[in-house]
Amino acid sequence: MDFLIFKAPMLMVQASLDGILLGILFALIAYGMALQWGVMNIINIAQGDLVILGGYIAYTIYLWGIHPAWGVIISPIIMFFVGWGLYKLVINKVVDRDLFISILATFGIAIVFQQLMNFIFGADVVVAQSEYGTTMLFDNSVTLPNSKIFSAFISVLYAVALVIYMKKSRLGRAIRATAQNARAAKILGVDTEKVYAATFGINAALCGIAGALISITLTLHPYVGLPYTVRSFMIVIVAGLGNLPAVAVSGMGLGLFEEFADYILGTEFRIGAVFLLLVLILVYRRFKLSKKREYLK
Amino acid sequence: MMKQKDLILYSGLIILGLAAPYLFSAFKVQLTYLCVLIVLAMTWNLQGGEMGYNTFGNILFYGLGMYLTASVQVGMFFPLAEWTESGGEKTFVHTTAQYFQGIGVGLLVSAIVPAVIAGAIGYAILGLRGHYFAICTLGLGIAAGEIAGGIEIIGAGQGFTTPPFPAEIVDTEARGKFFYFLSFALLVGTFIFVKYIYGSRFRLILNAIRDNEDKAEAMGIQTMKYKIVGWMCSAFFCGLAGGIMGGLIGYIDSTDVAFDGREMGVFMVLMAILGGKGTLWGPVIGATLFHFFKEGLWTLILGWQYVALGVLIVVIVVYFPEGLMGWLREKYPERFGEVIDDKDRKAQVELK
Repeated sequence: MDFLIFKAPMLMVQASLDGILLGILFALIAYGMALQWGVMNIINIAQGDLVILGGYIAYTIYLWGIHPAWGVIISPIIMFFVGWGLYKLVINKVVDRDLFISILATFGIAIVFQQLMNFIFGADVVVAQSEYGTTMLFDNSVTLPNSKIFSAFISVLYAVALVIYMKKSRLGRAIRATAQNARAAKILGVDTEKVYAATFGINAALCGIAGALISITLTLHPYVGLPYTVRSFMIVIVAGLGNLPAVAVSGMGLGLFEEFADYILGTEFRIGAVFLLLVLILVYRRFKLSKKREYLK
Repeated sequence: MMKQKDLILYSGLIILGLAAPYLFSAFKVQLTYLCVLIVLAMTWNLQGGEMGYNTFGNILFYGLGMYLTASVQVGMFFPLAEWTESGGEKTFVHTTAQYFQGIGVGLLVSAIVPAVIAGAIGYAILGLRGHYFAICTLGLGIAAGEIAGGIEIIGAGQGFTTPPFPAEIVDTEARGKFFYFLSFALLVGTFIFVKYIYGSRFRLILNAIRDNEDKAEAMGIQTMKYKIVGWMCSAFFCGLAGGIMGGLIGYIDSTDVAFDGREMGVFMVLMAILGGKGTLWGPVIGATLFHFFKEGLWTLILGWQYVALGVLIVVIVVYFPEGLMGWLREKYPERFGEVIDDKDRKAQVELK
């Protein structure tokens, strides 16, 4: 335990800004998870590994000498097709079944992804240098990497674009119709199979964007996918499905929690604190609902 | 009482189990693994198969048992902090008597404490249902691993070397035999216990919870009480299994050995599903098949094990969710004591 943060107010500002910028990124991943959960009723444990894969795509173009920021355009395009392929290969067989089957099946996919990434990109921790420099605030006592500001800006941009797309476009309306009632949508001529594939593709593309941003703001490693899955799951259960403002707010809340946990408990307990928070949130909601004799559905 | 056929089967298996370390003396470690895997699969089956609560959290008790056994074994005679700090195992040496006393008390603790913890957190966790329970227990297992990796006194990130087998015992085979018979005893104990549960009202209650918890509650069953007791039973045996494995492996790492959700935590689910959840023999067969598959293939596809494991999970879960026993049951329903009335079946077809 280290309470330095309470003695130095500037550290608190630092942690808050870091947390909020990070939280926006988490919210983007969580939005993808909410989308597929709401539409297809599956929980994707491989979500975090899709994020990391997207990050490695950005890292690869960085190795080729292209600026990694282009990853936010290239990575989602590639990841969309990865998601589409994954849907056609495995996910379409688990869509209408028990949720636990989707959890286990995507767990299997996650293991395969981790290992393949380990083979292809190596087991080292890597980061793509954006060379955006840092912004100094408050007499140089708060340092803010510009890449983090960039990543938050891009996340918001994509989220807004996606919301407009979902509202206005034909596919977006088909996706929302399928989420409300798949059978009715089918009767009215929506090709639900295609909608599911597109939804999973869009989710993977969102992961790709987030991954590309992570590659320049944080670090990449083949085995750090699961914490991203758990974070997005946590944000979704707090915010509910299909409530974008709530997703954004709880994403930022999680980012704040993590940064403060990092300062107070120490970095070695950071991931543990995230997972423990998940357990605590679920238990809290369970007790709150059990007063009404209900349970989390 | 027991049918003669069963008697022959069980005594045959026990004789085989007792003779195994002498027959296949080169494979004692693998046989010990097999026993532990079967125990883990059978106890997972109590939750996942019988109660319908798909837990990823039994690894928590396994890892806890591992740390507890080793800590007690060391802590009873030597200062634990110095042992784990660096090279304590070189300075302090357990005598033969100390070693066995330590592991005995350690196993006792590692059986009771996880069961108590399961009881303590059970009320909070088991109120969750379905996938929320699955994800919550997944988080619990990983959180435990991450937190254990930050605690200094049990070795933190650098791991914890369990006491080496006493050097005074000259017989080189003794260590392997000791751990094999320990795990075999655990296996027999677990099997008898689970078999007893299968013949009892307790199992029917667990099945009622699985099939429809609300209705079970409406029938006046205090479901929470039974869920917690069921989980405590699993935790008891998982803790023991962890303790034995800790001694066998000789080295405890927080995320790669003890709270190894990526291997053991998934294995136990996979084995139970492979054999068929909700059956007595399913997990046993599933674990055996899985272990043979793993040991046979692991060395052939060196480096690609995890890819194979992931693909295996996907294939089993997507194509064989009922497992081997479920498949057999569909094929030969008479063998499982299901009487199929032709008239009844026709009536059902008409209803559809």
